[in-house]
Amino acid sequence: MMTYMTRWAAILAATVALASCDRGDSSPAADEDGDTAAASRNGSEGGSGESDIVRINLDPYPSTYEPLPSGTTMITNATIFDGIGGRIENGSVLIVDGRISAIGTDIEAPEGATVIDASGRFVTPGVIDIHSHLGVYPSPGVSAHSDGNELTQPNTAEVWAEHSVWPQDPGFARALAGGVTTLHVLPGSGNLFGGRGVTLRNVPSRTVQGMKFPDAPYTLKMACGENPSRVYGNRNSSPATDMGNMAGYRASWIRARDYRDSWHEYWEDAEAGEDVSPPTRDLELDTLMGVLDGEILVQMHCYRDDQMAQVIDMMHEFDYQVTTFHHAVEGYQVADLLRDNDICAAVWADWGGFKMEAYDPIRENLALIHEAGACAMIHSDDGLGIQRLNQEVAKALSDGRRIGLDISEEEAFAWLTSNPARALGIFDETGSLEAGKRGDVVIWSANPYSTYALADQVFIDGALMYDRSDPDHQPVSDFELGQPGEGDD
Amino acid sequence: MQRLLSLLALGLAASGPAIAQDIAVTNGRVITNTDQGVIENGTVLMRDGVVVAVGNDVTIPDGARTVDAEGGWITPGIFAPFTQLGLIEVALEDSANDASASSTGFSVAIDVADAFNPRNSYIASNRIEGLTRFAVFPSTGGELFAGQGALGNTSGRNDSLTETGAFVYADLSQSGAATAGGSREAAWLFLEAAFDDARAYPGRYNGGSEGNVLSRLDAAALVDVTRGRVPLVMNVDRAADILRAIRFAEEHAPVQLIIQGGAEAWMVASELAEADIPVLIDPLRNLPASFDSLGATLEAPARLDAAGVTVAYTTETADGYFNARLLPQHAGNAVAHGVPWDDAFRAITLTPAEIYGVGDQYGALAPGYVADVVVWDGDPLEVMSAPTHVFVDGEETEMESRQTRLAERYRDIEDTTPFGYRH
Repeated sequence: MMTYMTRWAAILAATVALASCDRGDSSPAADEDGDTAAASRNGSEGGSGESDIVRINLDPYPSTYEPLPSGTTMITNATIFDGIGGRIENGSVLIVDGRISAIGTDIEAPEGATVIDASGRFVTPGVIDIHSHLGVYPSPGVSAHSDGNELTQPNTAEVWAEHSVWPQDPGFARALAGGVTTLHVLPGSGNLFGGRGVTLRNVPSRTVQGMKFPDAPYTLKMACGENPSRVYGNRNSSPATDMGNMAGYRASWIRARDYRDSWHEYWEDAEAGEDVSPPTRDLELDTLMGVLDGEILVQMHCYRDDQMAQVIDMMHEFDYQVTTFHHAVEGYQVADLLRDNDICAAVWADWGGFKMEAYDPIRENLALIHEAGACAMIHSDDGLGIQRLNQEVAKALSDGRRIGLDISEEEAFAWLTSNPARALGIFDETGSLEAGKRGDVVIWSANPYSTYALADQVFIDGALMYDRSDPDHQPVSDFELGQPGEGDD
Repeated sequence: MQRLLSLLALGLAASGPAIAQDIAVTNGRVITNTDQGVIENGTVLMRDGVVVAVGNDVTIPDGARTVDAEGGWITPGIFAPFTQLGLIEVALEDSANDASASSTGFSVAIDVADAFNPRNSYIASNRIEGLTRFAVFPSTGGELFAGQGALGNTSGRNDSLTETGAFVYADLSQSGAATAGGSREAAWLFLEAAFDDARAYPGRYNGGSEGNVLSRLDAAALVDVTRGRVPLVMNVDRAADILRAIRFAEEHAPVQLIIQGGAEAWMVASELAEADIPVLIDPLRNLPASFDSLGATLEAPARLDAAGVTVAYTTETADGYFNARLLPQHAGNAVAHGVPWDDAFRAITLTPAEIYGVGDQYGALAPGYVADVVVWDGDPLEVMSAPTHVFVDGEETEMESRQTRLAERYRDIEDTTPFGYRH
């Protein structure tokens, strides 16, 4: 067959998000409404009778991730891109107890520190992929592994991608070799509301809980356009058209608003000492209520400019925030709208043509969105692409420069580090090399914008998780153990 | 094989852009792919669509047009050996996708030349990234044989297919097994029966009789494959399947076999080298995406190279109708994983031409070669490099595509000119 099994998961898969880049530097629950809502729903403080008040556990499948033990590591003599536009020549990064302790040119290595001479090499934050289906569409791509699209009804906001993630997907280790330290795994795009996404540390683990990024906000995948209307139109059910898509979202938001109001009213009355019964729990509406309360970030698959504009109007109609448009093949056509509405765009460097809504892709998309002042980033949506996001950014950067945009190498490194971190609500923790952040660091053999550059070493929370020269620091999944490909990159 | 090039092409040239002019590309690092190796500060002189001189002491004739490479690289055009260029405009729209026929009764006789569209929008978007030649493949539909492929160029001219019936494509991987009824055994049995039909053609079909598995037209189309005049490109990944394919080639000499896919080819590299069977492989395939490709690795190209297997690179993992233009990136990654630069560059230029039997016309810069010449602003295998000039058949082509027009239209989002009037 000519069609290689790539990205098709994505064609029939999709994503959605909610926190804007600009305010993604804190958990979305930090805004005032969110704080109030979260406390009401999850908190234990309260007045008399609190123990009788029904609360919703917002974190019933908590992260059990623990960083591997790490000592003190000093990387020296490197060219550093800090992920937020800074470049340091002959610089050092000091990592202590899993956190970045210092970055600069005149840092002394503490006694006992492991010192790595990175002369001639480059050091950057760990790469973050905001759009992955690793684990939910794992290798091998057998039918039993098709776990990313719950194509049973157009609104499946009740499903959570983490419940499909197979931690033994060999793709995780391949992505690690490409410098990926954090990834966001989404349900597919066959539904209007595909379900919740999950943000993972890219670490080997028996369980998905052992990979979950501690305290990362949940996300909701939504999808525009052809995928949902094709899936359900082919079944002669709604949505069968773009207008059916919009009607489907709006009907759901109306129900979600009522659901949210019923819970908030219940909590207020109960806290006031009234004898009231709680509403009936609904998993689907729990997720949508989380969006309306600002706790869950909407990551939305949309290709066309006009469809993004419709979604922006809907976002205002129901007073929620779209965090990121994913794919956004026509993002360059509405870059001003994205900027003015605090919506990020996660795009490919140069892919399209596979369906009508992807017919107008340009190589300058990422750079033009960035130039307009919107928050732009690369994404993979692919088990191979995730291994080379540095090269994808290199292409987007050079194409942007060729039409005259003045963008520096260090500025563009935000496109695979800090910008996805902001759009996932984890920028306080990772996405840049700044004191206090997690020690997620990549040492590249050469300038990461070169085709020939490889990740030599990858640190997650200060622990050496991948070393290209040391098989003992290269994870091998259960699946690959004893197979022909074991240990190969 | 029908060679449509040469006199026919020259005859048709009157309807295309004018060509009869000397063009000298100067002041560049010339990659010749010949014994001349790399020529620093070199010149390539073209005349009437053919390279006539290469070196750093080339005399430029009076009246020649000169193109200054400005210290960039001058190379043969990229030859993509496994594409669907010209067959698909929108993959998911059946009405704009002629790559495969899922419900036809025909197989080998299906010919991509009947569908190829030189005005397909991705011809230009691939050409401006340095791709000048390609093999265009049908996809398998409901049959094990996909049909016949062609060789062409990215000029966009009416005569841009230079060789039709250039090869026959068949799928003997797990997906081929599915079309053959559900097992690999059935697929190989079908292939044996098909060859038997072709060998018995036309006698077996006299008087309106049918073959065992092939229709009359399909059997006729397979005859040249059984006689070794047209290569059989076979999609297989698993090492065991590749060994089976080698045995098939031995048992059916003089059939010319080309392996496409080849995820586990490195595991049987010495057998492939000994049988002199070339492999078309995507250097980026490194996931065990199926049980056929458990051995897929980024080291495969280097291991095949080391064993002496003839290897050309593909963009199998990128869409072949859209992103064949990424071939230099794929080759660059092979370099990052151990393949010498010269070998990797040949694997996307001269080697594919040689595999298709046209290595004396395409893929090198030497007198007599077709003047497919690309000028780059840096190392062509670097992702940040790009062509500045692309010549196909000695004619300079426009560095413009539908995609560049869209970029121009939306480049200044704040301009108040309505977008629809920007053109």
